[in-house]
Amino acid sequence: MNTIATERDYRDIPGTYVFDGAHCQKGYALNTFCKSLDVAGNREVFRGDPTGYLDRFKLSVEQRRAVLERDWLGMLRLGGNIYYTFKLAIFDGLTMQHVGAAMSADRMTVDDFRAMMGSGGRPIEGNRSVEERRRG
Amino acid sequence: MANFIGGIATSHVPSIGAAIDHGKTQDPYWKPLFDGVKPARDWIEAAKPDVVIVIYNDHASRFGLDMTPTFAIGVGDLFAPHDEGYGPRAIPSCQGDPALAWHLVESLVLKDEFDVAMVSEMSVDHGLTVPLSLLFGQPESWPCRVIPLCVNVIQYPQPTAQRCFKLGQAIRRAIDSYGSDIKVAVLGTGGMSHQLQGERAGLINPAYDRQWLDCMAHDPRSLATIGHTELLREAGSEGLEIIMWLVMRGALDEAVHEVYRFYHVPASNTAYGLLVLENAATPA
Repeated sequence: MNTIATERDYRDIPGTYVFDGAHCQKGYALNTFCKSLDVAGNREVFRGDPTGYLDRFKLSVEQRRAVLERDWLGMLRLGGNIYYTFKLAIFDGLTMQHVGAAMSADRMTVDDFRAMMGSGGRPIEGNRSVEERRRG
Repeated sequence: MANFIGGIATSHVPSIGAAIDHGKTQDPYWKPLFDGVKPARDWIEAAKPDVVIVIYNDHASRFGLDMTPTFAIGVGDLFAPHDEGYGPRAIPSCQGDPALAWHLVESLVLKDEFDVAMVSEMSVDHGLTVPLSLLFGQPESWPCRVIPLCVNVIQYPQPTAQRCFKLGQAIRRAIDSYGSDIKVAVLGTGGMSHQLQGERAGLINPAYDRQWLDCMAHDPRSLATIGHTELLREAGSEGLEIIMWLVMRGALDEAVHEVYRFYHVPASNTAYGLLVLENAATPA
């Protein structure tokens, strides 16, 4: 009965952080911080005193750094979920294109990213698996 | 007996809601999409459902990581739009239908062994409200009652595509056994291909989307056997939400008539897809 283990073959999808149990556990404090920004009063406090506000959450040193530096990809790697980290992007007045560009492997500008979407998006060819990406 | 009148599948991209709210539907970027949706609006305006059951997912709005129900039904009588960081959308709250919602719950749990969560207090986010805006525009109040049926598609493990299809079949049995003479439609929302996160952000897979559009009407059982890894890989990490279309499809008969289909890229970071399906024949 190794069905469940076999299903983890999603790990070979490149540039994709599947939000499974381990990821949820790792990012719980980080995502909880992001979720707190749903409340307007919390947004005010965070804007006034970012580090003081972050002290309320049990972030790891790396998670804290990623938040303060707005390292969008770093946050994902540290357990962040895009629907949660995007709350921080909304707080900053950014769009999903800004964040998408910042996370892109090829370090796109937001204009590059918008142009890519306008011409049909990032193609699936070459992006299915780590192996396929390596072959190019 | 309640009358099931058909289903609509539609993506629920938040920026579509913003385009409606800010009067941008005729902008060059958005016009092709809104023109393409028009026949679905005409269909539902003619069909006039009394209730729509909206299959959608919550995006870290009502539900956080502290609790993730796999399937949750809104049994309350009012569902207000959630503040997703910009303030709540300036749209009407949804009037629920507690009587039908509780009937659904009883039928699902007692007759079909679908142990859904029951939620009385439920704000609803763009996953539910964007499809309503797309289909009904900007009315003072929504023209029908709304029952939210929220599916977890964010936290792995999501329910399987097969389970979603079977949930739809169970919903149909519940509608058919409801004593009140009302018209009910089911909306399946989300998809199509898109990935918001990671280095692969911006992924769109039109060939894969076309396969889904082609199979929804006449071969949904093949779609229901697809596993999560294929969906994550081919439709994108957020594109997996297309499994919610199968709930809607499950509510229809085996034989259906495809009333309308539309596909458009891009809507923000997402491929937009739309299907209107009816049962093929109404028994005399």
